[in-house]
Amino acid sequence: MQKSVFKIVSNQPLTENVYKMVLSGDVSHITAPGQFVNIQLSGLYLRRPISVCDIEGDKLTIIYKAVGKGTRQMASMTEGNLDILTGLGNGYDLSLSGEKPVLLGGGVGVPPMYLLAKKLIQEGKKVQVILGFNTKSEVFYENEFKKLGCDVTVTTVDGSYGKRGFVTDVLQDMDYSYFYTCGPEPMLRAVYKASKTSGQMSFEKRMGCGFGACMGCSCKTITGYKRICKEGPVMHKEEILWED
Amino acid sequence: MGRLSVNLCGIELDNPVIPASGTFGYGYEYAALYDINCLGTFSFKGTTKDPRFGNPTPRIAECTAGMINAVGLQNPGVEKVISEELPKLKKCFHKPVMANVSGFSVEDYAYTCEKLDQEEQVGWLEVNVSCPNVHGGGMSFGTDPKAAAEVTRAVKAVTTKPVIVKLSPNVTDIVSIAKACEDAGADGISLINTMLGMRIDLRTRKPIIANKMGGFSGSAIFPVALRMVYQVANAVKIPVVGMGGVSSAEDVIEMMLAGATAVEIGAANLVDPYICRDIIEKLPDVMDSYGIQNLYEIIGKVR
Repeated sequence: MQKSVFKIVSNQPLTENVYKMVLSGDVSHITAPGQFVNIQLSGLYLRRPISVCDIEGDKLTIIYKAVGKGTRQMASMTEGNLDILTGLGNGYDLSLSGEKPVLLGGGVGVPPMYLLAKKLIQEGKKVQVILGFNTKSEVFYENEFKKLGCDVTVTTVDGSYGKRGFVTDVLQDMDYSYFYTCGPEPMLRAVYKASKTSGQMSFEKRMGCGFGACMGCSCKTITGYKRICKEGPVMHKEEILWED
Repeated sequence: MGRLSVNLCGIELDNPVIPASGTFGYGYEYAALYDINCLGTFSFKGTTKDPRFGNPTPRIAECTAGMINAVGLQNPGVEKVISEELPKLKKCFHKPVMANVSGFSVEDYAYTCEKLDQEEQVGWLEVNVSCPNVHGGGMSFGTDPKAAAEVTRAVKAVTTKPVIVKLSPNVTDIVSIAKACEDAGADGISLINTMLGMRIDLRTRKPIIANKMGGFSGSAIFPVALRMVYQVANAVKIPVVGMGGVSSAEDVIEMMLAGATAVEIGAANLVDPYICRDIIEKLPDVMDSYGIQNLYEIIGKVR
């Protein structure tokens, strides 16, 4: 983990309320796809955890949905500096991917799949990607994944774009060696059930500090209590214990 | 003795800055960021007799200039704290540490304190009779002078280390509770624990915290904490450790003027993990700007 100042390079909407912010600064503590950063915003007490979408040179890309006070404030920024904690969370373990992994992203769970796909392709894997959205106007990053060389399928719940249905409808008929996923919890549960192989999923919880000190985001797993921010946010399928 | 040093219940501190329990784990997360030996000491994560997972999540809610937590004393239990956490702590921290203890019965408190009393690195026992996030214990001992005194006596009977009783602000008369603890043999009083608070999500109309209510902390509570530290420090003869919303070197000085011998910093660590180190570094300059030669000279010197 490191605390450092990043400069806003650009900040643009990808859809009606999903924004892409590019920052420049010291990204050396970001060591794995699936990690997150924790951003301090003026007038707000707690930092805002946002997953890493990409790192390239000294550029950090994050994609976030403007839903609350913090993310709406971020959406309004065009320039300036941000105090950011980087290198948080465990991130995805690429070593288990096999030759033909599938990556499933749902909504704002799509961004962390990007750096993961990039790394897997660099390792010579054949990467299949399923991106799930509610409707056509919410779709983003399809072409970015295609440019990396991924085999991309988009699903929308209402069928207004790509295949109608959920990411799991596509997963069912797919041949894959391993899965990686990030998205809303109902999607994670569905992927957990529908998947035929082992895999890793990234979880989200309301956090206090984001670096393991406050125990605000603890969860129970088969292998004991874990902090989403520290031992997570990525969990292996085998260790997940669904609450309720 | 340096300009920043103070004496807390017979143990010299290089400076009065103490990360508060529950915001600093057992130290090693922060030791990865900076040398935590710059701290006066720190109060480690609240420890109970048995292991606890704590409350369901969400356990955290944001507020204006603060936050609410309802962690509920998640900890591995005193045996594991001693066998697994303290050895790790010892590697990164070489000063006496403050052991924070909670319980659900007088016997629980005594059991846990007796175990921790055996640990050489434990300098002080901070007895938490003020956790708002556990039912049937914690705060209920700290809201009644008789119960607080009973816990104090039980703990004093099993340890020779200084006992600091940590009080809740969620009471009508904190002074009477502080006095009861002093009369029962407490070596110091620390205050305030978090204030009971609540937030509601407008979309779901449900409390944000799964446990409905939680402990409100952060800079918003500083004036309330300062007032209570002032009241208690003026009523007891034993040292007082002040905390509640402290987030700057100026706040530390203000707490000490109100009567605090040392100052704990809690929620601010979660926002800026370097804050305690930075406050210690800034203190000499801030002291200079207010004509303060030595920190210990200003304790309780509000006019």
